[in-house]
Amino acid sequence: MPPLAIETEALGRIYKIRGSKKEKKIRKELVALADVNLQIETGELFGLLGPNGAGKTTLIKILTTLLAPTTGWARVAGHDVVDAAAKVRPLINMVSGGESSGYGLLTVRENLWMFSQFYGVPSKEAYRRIDELLKRVGIFDRRHTKSADLSTGLRQKMNIVRGFMTDPDVLFLDEPTLGLDVGASREVRALIREWVDDRRSDVRRTLLLTTHYMVEADELCDRVAIINQGRVLACDTPSALKQHLQKDAIFEVETSPLNGLTAQTIEDLPEVRTATATEHDGGATLNLILVEENALAHVINVFTQKNVRILKLSKREPTLEDVFVDLVGRSMADVEKGGESSEQ
Amino acid sequence: MDRSTAAVTRSETWRSFRIATWLGWQIASNWTDPLWFAIYSIVRPVSRAAILVVMYGVITQGNFSDPLFPYIYLGNAFYSYVFTVMNGVSWAVIDDREHYRTLKYMYVAPIRIPAYLLGRGVAGFLTASLSVVITILAGVLFLHVSFDPLQADWLLFFVSLAIGVVMLAMMGLVLAALSLLVARHSGFLAEGVSGVLFLFSGAIYPLDVLPVWLQPIGYAIPITYWLELMRRSLIGSVAEAFPTLAAFSNLELLGILVGLSVVFGVASIYVFRACDKRARERGLIDRTTNY
Ligand SMILES: Nc1ncnc2c1ncn2[C@@H]1O[C@H](COP(=O)(O)OP(=O)(O)OP(=O)(O)O)[C@@H](O)[C@H]1O
Ligand SMILES: [Mg+2]
Repeated sequence: MPPLAIETEALGRIYKIRGSKKEKKIRKELVALADVNLQIETGELFGLLGPNGAGKTTLIKILTTLLAPTTGWARVAGHDVVDAAAKVRPLINMVSGGESSGYGLLTVRENLWMFSQFYGVPSKEAYRRIDELLKRVGIFDRRHTKSADLSTGLRQKMNIVRGFMTDPDVLFLDEPTLGLDVGASREVRALIREWVDDRRSDVRRTLLLTTHYMVEADELCDRVAIINQGRVLACDTPSALKQHLQKDAIFEVETSPLNGLTAQTIEDLPEVRTATATEHDGGATLNLILVEENALAHVINVFTQKNVRILKLSKREPTLEDVFVDLVGRSMADVEKGGESSEQ
Repeated sequence: MDRSTAAVTRSETWRSFRIATWLGWQIASNWTDPLWFAIYSIVRPVSRAAILVVMYGVITQGNFSDPLFPYIYLGNAFYSYVFTVMNGVSWAVIDDREHYRTLKYMYVAPIRIPAYLLGRGVAGFLTASLSVVITILAGVLFLHVSFDPLQADWLLFFVSLAIGVVMLAMMGLVLAALSLLVARHSGFLAEGVSGVLFLFSGAIYPLDVLPVWLQPIGYAIPITYWLELMRRSLIGSVAEAFPTLAAFSNLELLGILVGLSVVFGVASIYVFRACDKRARERGLIDRTTNY
């Protein structure tokens, strides 16, 4: 059996947070990651799915040797990320989305060439790869533009090229499509899939990405770990994750204003596993996961009692969103709004 | 470490340094639109030197033949290396982290960060060299500095210069290490440190002028010996006119400089490693200050 591309055991990270000037003495501790055990095989396209503050970036930072874990250990490409960081680095690369990094005074090609040199790629080969990838993400015609003159999205594309260009054994992408438009996101996803599936290289490539887009995790990744408040709640193929909910009935209901009815009161009904509600002008949208289809009658009954009209009712296949709700009890959007994750 | 690991380390170190030098030069030559460059590297140092000359002239009633005069002039000129080289190395940390936001990508790459930072300092050294040459030239041509190139000990000069620059770069590495930990105000570190060291390194007055209890600081820092060597190599007779280090021969001074530089150099590697480890533990490598 080939060695695992990424392996973690009881991995944890605690941040010490200094209070404001007044309460300098009070030191809070924030658990960003707790007891993470992952085994990712070479050749896998692995997704970490979780809301803001879940600990995704923290995990990537540990795996890319930028951050020391507080507990546990992690190995990437067979090497310990703390003790053998220098052995890990030549084998990996990393790109964070949603930020515009790079030397604005250098052109796109110069920026990329420079980084390729840090990895010891011969110049000629580097230019070949750079041009190929620039074409692939559609910014080849901007190769001689100073990167300062690129829009944020185009800079992100440049950075994505920077990640693929060194042909790492393990590539880490932190929210690669954050801030990209629909078309660009699609291109980047296609590139990711293609890169992992490309068997030309003798080493099988592994890619770990984080995202908080359900669809991205669902359609793109071979396996997904759902992470919330620093803990991995489930880890499996998207279809296996959804399988658990397959026998359940999932309904999306659009209604008139809820008249005081809440998701909680509906969830309290015996056959309702979870219910989430988003209210908007003139009505609400509810997502219901029911233990069995017949339970729908009860729910409709409750609506009628409260004078809530049903505008639209549809049954649908489970999504990873439903899996998340099932695991956490709230939707990812609610978790992000809830402010429970103490973002400073 | 077996032989192949050592070879990998060597080639990583060399390419980190080389590419960083290229990058540093790109950055330096980018902001050096000629006017800016002239102001920063020529007008500023030369006018600073001119002020010094005027002050000296007033205080000594124009006694420019006193050996103290070239002592001050050369000390001041060469001291400009102290800030530029230290800053060139340490500023790279702030610049990459806060401005270009690339520090984390440098850290993820298979490079030797100290070698990378030292490489980023090379451009600073080159521009500083230009302004030192121009300052000295201006001194000789217009400001009563008597200097005979045929009398100078050029071998001693270049050897001392090389050792001194490496020593300053290693001190810059210490500041870079501290910059990894303290986000705030670290931009002024090199400025502050070079300002304080100016007092103790005998740049514009002999150490004997300092109160006795402050003098040991001056004797402990390699910059003191380096400046003395720079002066002596160019105008031998001048430096010997002062009691402070007159008892030492050139070779002895060189020995002290090398010894202290090695001590400081080794210490700076350890300081860097410790701070680097701490920055990783505290998650500071990609932390921007965000003001
Ligand atoms: N350097 C730091 N110091 C203190 N706390 C931190 C630091 N970095 C992250 N945190 C906290 O750790 C938790 C996890 O953060 P992390 O950035 O890993 O989340 P994430 O899943 O990447 O979120 P997002 O989707 O917003 O990027 C958050 O509560 C965050 O505030
Ligand atoms: Mg993140």
